[in-house]
Amino acid sequence: MRYDCIIIGGGVIGCATAYTLAHCQLRTLLVEAENDVAMGTTRANSAIVHAGYDAIPGSAMARTNIRGNELMESLCRRLDVRFERIGSLVLGFSEDDLSTLKKLYERGIKNGVRGLALLDREQTLEKEPNLAANVTGSLYAPTTGIVDPWGLALAMAQVAARNGVEFAFSSPVTAITRKENGFFVTAGGQTYDTRTVVNAAGVYSDIIHGMIGGDSFHITPDRGAYYVLDKSQGKLVSHVIFQCPTEKGKGVLVSSTVHGNLIVGPDAVPQTDRADVAATAESLDYIRRTALLSVPGINFRENIRNFAGIRARGTPDFIIGPSPVDPRFINLAGIQSPGLTAAPAIAQEAAAWLRMAGLKLEERDDFIDGRTHIEFRRQPREVQARMIRENPAYGRVICRCETITEGEILDALHAPLPPRTVDGVKRRCGTGMGRCQGGFCGPRVHEILARELGVAMWEIEKDRPGSQIALGETKEADV
Amino acid sequence: MRNVTIIGAGPAGLAAAIAARDAGAHVLLLERAKELGGILNQCIHNGFGLYRFREELTGPEYAGRFIDGLHDIDIRTDTMVLEISSGSVTAVNPKDGLFTVTSDAVILAMGCRERTRGAIGVPGDRPAGVFTAGAAQRYMNIEGLRIGKRAVILGSGDIGLIMARRMTLEGAEVAACVELMPYSSGLNRNIVQCLHDFDIPLYLSHTVTRIIGRSRLEAVEVAEVGPDRKPVPGTEFRIDCDTLLLSVGLIPENELTRAAGIAIDPHTNGPVVYDDMETTQKGVYACGNVVQVHDLVDFVSDEGERAGRAAASGQPEGAYTEVQPGSGVGYVVPQRIRHEGAEDTVTLFFRVRKPCRKGSLVVYDGEREVLRKKRLYMTPGEMEKLPISRELASTAETLTVTMEEDT
Repeated sequence: MRYDCIIIGGGVIGCATAYTLAHCQLRTLLVEAENDVAMGTTRANSAIVHAGYDAIPGSAMARTNIRGNELMESLCRRLDVRFERIGSLVLGFSEDDLSTLKKLYERGIKNGVRGLALLDREQTLEKEPNLAANVTGSLYAPTTGIVDPWGLALAMAQVAARNGVEFAFSSPVTAITRKENGFFVTAGGQTYDTRTVVNAAGVYSDIIHGMIGGDSFHITPDRGAYYVLDKSQGKLVSHVIFQCPTEKGKGVLVSSTVHGNLIVGPDAVPQTDRADVAATAESLDYIRRTALLSVPGINFRENIRNFAGIRARGTPDFIIGPSPVDPRFINLAGIQSPGLTAAPAIAQEAAAWLRMAGLKLEERDDFIDGRTHIEFRRQPREVQARMIRENPAYGRVICRCETITEGEILDALHAPLPPRTVDGVKRRCGTGMGRCQGGFCGPRVHEILARELGVAMWEIEKDRPGSQIALGETKEADV
Repeated sequence: MRNVTIIGAGPAGLAAAIAARDAGAHVLLLERAKELGGILNQCIHNGFGLYRFREELTGPEYAGRFIDGLHDIDIRTDTMVLEISSGSVTAVNPKDGLFTVTSDAVILAMGCRERTRGAIGVPGDRPAGVFTAGAAQRYMNIEGLRIGKRAVILGSGDIGLIMARRMTLEGAEVAACVELMPYSSGLNRNIVQCLHDFDIPLYLSHTVTRIIGRSRLEAVEVAEVGPDRKPVPGTEFRIDCDTLLLSVGLIPENELTRAAGIAIDPHTNGPVVYDDMETTQKGVYACGNVVQVHDLVDFVSDEGERAGRAAASGQPEGAYTEVQPGSGVGYVVPQRIRHEGAEDTVTLFFRVRKPCRKGSLVVYDGEREVLRKKRLYMTPGEMEKLPISRELASTAETLTVTMEEDT
């Protein structure tokens, strides 16, 4: 068995590459160390589609950010992924800030960002009445958006899977051997033969590159923590609110999410441990204090969840292109912010590099694009009534906070790349994302999963391997 | 005949349904679970009904006493209410689909939910093995699953205490119960019967400062807190455990209430109610933990009956006196006492803010003291009840309930 391409990593970059390659007559395999897609940086970030005024003109970051932003809207429409172009404001609080904003504005113009405008205090407060009164001005970017990041990665992966891309989960890559006509990739105990490799391994991409002797870049990850607040706070701002970068740091952002909550964060803490996504008390304290400088009315008592994510920093720019060691090994590395935005554009560039490496990218004429993701709660009443008539499982609400029905959970379980864990259902359906955080629906989701997968409840994991929720039945302990 | 729709068939909704029917109403009872009884179904310990039945019943037995009396009531289980607006209730279930019912009165009896890890912002990893106490109780008592071998309980609320005993009986070791405050927020009988009887240490003025474990919980870091409730640096210690139960408070579940535009009391997080349990929206009543978090189900049932009777009769609007919490008191229910009503005496329910040995409950009308009752012991963990005559209330401008410690 021989593949044309093996993609290493099932984050948004790997999934975008899989989706792009699925359009072509290729045999493609995506290998992922974890048990689902979107398990690394993709599931723990700000969920922002950036406008593109931050990146240095001429850089890969600038190029793919602008292009990715352009592609995002139609991509999300095709794949039925939540995306809203709500615009952003970078706030200034001093004269120094205003000159930084002017520089950002000019950089944005150079990068080709459309619609940028420098606003004075009154214009800023008119757009966002809940901002701190001492704001002095802002940079307005109408093309900034918010997106469901894991939903996007999953949707691209599902369409790829439906069109023949293979996925191997729980398959960490342990060895890559170069050979005359390609590579042997050993992952999850299996050895695969492939003509090309795409390295989209996120914070591990330098280690993967090292497996063929590459040492042209090193990832020094950093960690960023967040608050997610109840929907009661979700309408406090209607744009993504950034703070003006200063020598003290980039500040923290405040934004509504496509799920209707308020997200606040992140900070940036250098990490040596690439798997450490614990949120520390210091981080949370810093974020809370810093965010209140922008939006003083945030009620942190309405916090429902804290999380932290790891970003692949350490390279000055995105690394998109063949390894110096082997032109058939394409690195998509150092993809920190704005990687989520840039993902569709990075995937297109990856495909172009694969063509240079000798792959024939002939379009399939039987490619089926598009995907629908039906959310009961977002339907008008008459549609809801019809849905239940056609499938009574839509009439059983499992997650009461988010109004997620059993029908939607069953849809996810019967779609390509079905969930195997409680958190896998959460990412696909939204169960447990609300104010009770799964206190009520967790056991019910758990029960449905076990029933549909035909396993005992204690075999079901919350998330990663070893994250069983129950240990066995009662009355079997040695007392 | 008046039509009454009741949302929720836990203890409050069950009692309301029977009382409304007995008062001559046609009752529709909606319940989101497949069974009637609400959270009582997972409370398999005894101690329910001491006041009402003079017996120690288990939760399911207590619910059973009411469920047995539900004849001539239209019951829909597996039914979730999506919206309440001006007397109409829109709900879904798999059998009837989406439907809207309009009735003369609606009774809100949705109960409460538990505060979560997010609400108290515990830093650290996000592994499996961190449960709210109620979710753990459901896993053990409804699903029949063992959830851990060595547990720490954060918060000394009643469900946490009950679960400490339950896990011990199931063969698990409960290493500690950790409480942020200098006193327990649970009933004294639960401290004795669930912790002391099993030699489970209670760390007062402590909290969990870090959750450790990437897949399943491995340990928690615990620290002492100062008078500001912030961890004192240098006092941290580690407790190895695979389970952390959170028993850190309950929040009345009022999303439907808020969406319907009904006034919410910021002290209770529940709707503002009159003494007959009518909310600020005519024809909409509320009872049970959706109004205020109770300690004992017996009083939930009382409240449900009051709401059921009033909903069935339809109280005319009229003058009322506001009741508010003053010094030393966290909240008061009801927030409004009607000048005209069926009973001559109205009972005020409230909690004091801190424990007090020997003190008095004092009610003022403005500056003027109108009622004083001595109490030997008061604690936030036990709800206070203070009867007051309607006549006294109706002559007052505003009533303020306070607590005074004897000096």
